[in-house]
Amino acid sequence: MKITLNVWRQRDASSEGSFETHQLDDVSPDMSFLEMLDVLNRRLEAEGKVPVAFESDCREGICGVCSLMISGQAHGPESGTTTCQLHMRSFKDGDTIFVEPWRAKAFPVIRDLVTDRSSLDRVIQCGGYVSVNTGSVPEANSVQVAKENADKAMDAAACIGCGACVAACPNGSAMLFTAAKLAHLSLLPQGKPEHERRIKRMVEGMDAQGFGACTNHGECQEACPKLISIEFIAKMNRDYIKASLLPEHTSSELLKAQ
Amino acid sequence: MELNARIPAGPIEKKWDKHRFEMKLVNPANKRKYSVIVVGTGLAGASAAASMAELGYQVKSFCYQDSPRRAHSIAAQGGINAAKNYQNDGDSIYRLFYDTVKGGDFRAREANVYRLAQVSVNIIDQCVAQGVPFAREYGGLLANRSFGGAQVSRTFYARGQTGQQLLLGAYQALERQISAGRVKMFPHTEMLDVVVAGGRARGIVVRDLKTGRITSHAADAVVLATGGYSPVYYLSTNAVGCNVTATYRAYRRGAGFANPAFTQIHPTCIPVSGDHQSKLTLMSESLRNDGRIWVPKEKGDGRPANQIPESDRDYYLERRYPSFGNLSPRDVASRAAKERCDAGYGVGPGGLGVYLDFADAIQRHGRKVIEERYGNLFEMYQRITDENPYEVPMRIYPAPHYAMGGLWVDYNLMSTVPGLFVLGEANFSDHGANRLGASALMQGLADGYFIIPNTIGDFLARNAPGGISEDAPEFAAVTDEVQQRLNRLVSLKGRRTVDSFHRELGKIMWDRCGMGRNAQGLREALQRIPALREEFWKDAIVTGEKEDYNQSLERAGRVADFLEFAELMCLDALNREESCGGHFREEYQTAEGEAQRDDQNFCHAAVWEFKGAGNAPQRHIEPLNFEYVQLTQRSYK
Ligand SMILES: Cc1cc2nc3c(=O)[nH]c(=O)nc-3n(C[C@H](O)[C@H](O)[C@H](O)COP(=O)(O)OP(=O)(O)OC[C@H]3O[C@@H](n4cnc5c(N)ncnc54)[C@H](O)[C@@H]3O)c2cc1C
Ligand code: FES
Repeated sequence: MKITLNVWRQRDASSEGSFETHQLDDVSPDMSFLEMLDVLNRRLEAEGKVPVAFESDCREGICGVCSLMISGQAHGPESGTTTCQLHMRSFKDGDTIFVEPWRAKAFPVIRDLVTDRSSLDRVIQCGGYVSVNTGSVPEANSVQVAKENADKAMDAAACIGCGACVAACPNGSAMLFTAAKLAHLSLLPQGKPEHERRIKRMVEGMDAQGFGACTNHGECQEACPKLISIEFIAKMNRDYIKASLLPEHTSSELLKAQ
Repeated sequence: MELNARIPAGPIEKKWDKHRFEMKLVNPANKRKYSVIVVGTGLAGASAAASMAELGYQVKSFCYQDSPRRAHSIAAQGGINAAKNYQNDGDSIYRLFYDTVKGGDFRAREANVYRLAQVSVNIIDQCVAQGVPFAREYGGLLANRSFGGAQVSRTFYARGQTGQQLLLGAYQALERQISAGRVKMFPHTEMLDVVVAGGRARGIVVRDLKTGRITSHAADAVVLATGGYSPVYYLSTNAVGCNVTATYRAYRRGAGFANPAFTQIHPTCIPVSGDHQSKLTLMSESLRNDGRIWVPKEKGDGRPANQIPESDRDYYLERRYPSFGNLSPRDVASRAAKERCDAGYGVGPGGLGVYLDFADAIQRHGRKVIEERYGNLFEMYQRITDENPYEVPMRIYPAPHYAMGGLWVDYNLMSTVPGLFVLGEANFSDHGANRLGASALMQGLADGYFIIPNTIGDFLARNAPGGISEDAPEFAAVTDEVQQRLNRLVSLKGRRTVDSFHRELGKIMWDRCGMGRNAQGLREALQRIPALREEFWKDAIVTGEKEDYNQSLERAGRVADFLEFAELMCLDALNREESCGGHFREEYQTAEGEAQRDDQNFCHAAVWEFKGAGNAPQRHIEPLNFEYVQLTQRSYK
């Protein structure tokens, strides 16, 4: 296949970026999208030019590091697919493809197609965990968990933290990411005790990290490579209101009791 | 090099308790005076960093990815073993211990394996408490599945994403400690060397991958949990960034490297499709619970799989190993696939493939059940191959997957360099010459949650905190060496891409130090690798600047280390004149083509000591004594 690639090149967050055009004449439909970029990069290197910076690691759709906006779609045209799982057979001979980094206020560009997504880790630091230390825990089967809840929690926990939801959202919102973590933990009895405190802190954390608000576009769900449902956002909104209605002293005391 | 395994005396089931009692403790008020560096945030590193911070130590944690959550452990699919005996099918700590020692073909240390089986039960408790959404039965209790090399059902799982869920549990525990200020996290940071001062590991030198800046970090102890080195074969099931740099650099600073030739070739991976390929994708071993492996009985039978009648199929694992059948251990299953393909019965392009067939299981349980069990794996397969495994059997072939070899450690998980501890896949550990499925996750979490938090205290309690800073001359000397090496790399302006060197190395290793090895092939590899390395240092191309975000330089550094390390692997394979587990020396096999051990001469771990660049490394041995599991010819018939 012949492919024309317009790839975004940008030195760093404070520099201006622009597209660079490359022609690839010998693309196999069995290649993954990243393998196609590998071919381009090896060619650039052989010409003594600096290759296009992009991230990848597991190359099987689970680590969440690959993150390309492909002709305007986060992770490209296939539904439920990460960039590294996308194959060139999804494109046609002669296609022109635009490749850009995630664009969001909370994800500054590091180089070319690589952005800094540490803001997502900082949202997790606001309570995206169960506060148990190693050792002092009950026997695993001492608490039964209804299979439906465990399955639903797993649906939410499948998030790979790639940030496609943020990149796809016109507001750069991290609602789907945050809601998925909240749902994962609150659907399980182990995550319940801290639920109110967690939801308040994570929602505030999300705002503090510069993520935008949700105005129900639903783009996040479309872009999500793990098909995580926006139902979780609705659940988060309901739960957040409930948590906010807790008597003021209770919630602020809870907040202080790190 | 002294190899004192420090195995506690006493009966095997009492050793760990006794040892915990005998170890020195650091007083709770003093813990915060000690600092610990943990390199790696996979299951081993994240669980260790979080648990040690909970105890009160000051922890610094490093990983090369942009977030600790992306460590390669995230990709583990099938499950984690634990001797819970929830299925009432005869499992016990002793049986898990026995299966692991036997599965490893009697090349692991009994005391360590027993402890691993003991703490396996605590791991599941811990993970459930963290909110890991393990699969459950309708009654609300935890579900299990079976894995290879065992006749009990002891594997816990979270769909096909067990590693992801376990790692998210450990990562969240780590983030909790980061937010509490007890762990300082350095993502996007690659460790390039260890600093040894006063006979102890006192810190590391790292490169910030975003800026290229080199800094050093001093501490009271250094923990490496940097994973495995399968990408030495170029194509493997590992993440493309997995590397040997951290452990190889530690080896060059005095840490013994044990059994580097012990690598696991996993039987069920999607076959190679072309030259462009950058990695191979695993199809979890759990599929062998329901999938049946076969090839046509007739050589070169060109009919589509579905048109080959039952009578013309050879279910060779069921035929050769009737009691374990499709659940034979990995080394056995991989070799059997290679044997059939080498003999001309393979299927698919180049005849390098065998069928993994779900037709029977779909008929027995219905498509929905199979979808629930393996849906994401089937999808992954279809996405890569464009074939639908619900309708046609999968085609699979073995691929490099796991490193049993690693830095030698004693019972406390300390290497031969005092104060340098090694956890998870990075150490040589508990799996001997062949790891059983679902046991790496178990070992990583055992090391990180339950062993190192105890054993590091014993080391620290014997050494006063502090006493060295990054200004010490030892740090300056190592930093200088690191800088020089980077200068050399970045000035490489030859004609060949780093990637092409890596591919060529991978091919040498796969052909000569892969599933089958022999003296002649290994000797050839030992000639070709140094020549390739020399060419690399003359003719490789590295673009960009040193003090900058530079992926070209990152890769070059890793490949340069593989080019040295590969030689050590071949040397180890050549010196071990026996077959055991995944190390199959073609000269040493039984009449039926099984691995033939030589317990007289090789019942030991081989530990290599670096003797300076250009000098041959020295081989030491740690003899292995089997008091509980009798040394026998492994049989899965
Ligand atoms: C596809 C696949 C599926 C698997 N499935 C299973 C399974 O079902 N069950 C099972 O038990 N096992 C499985 N395994 C094996 C298991 O996943 C690994 O052995 C295990 O996760 C390794 O964990 P770890 O913590 O030792 O290392 P890793 O998870 O590999 O982590 C290594 C860490 O070290 C860091 N690092 C490495 N080098 C450096 C450096 N120089 N500087 C800084 N940081 C560095 C990395 O950033 C990373 O954080 C599977 C493996 C693969 C490849
Ligand atoms: S590279 Fe890991 S998800 Fe794409």
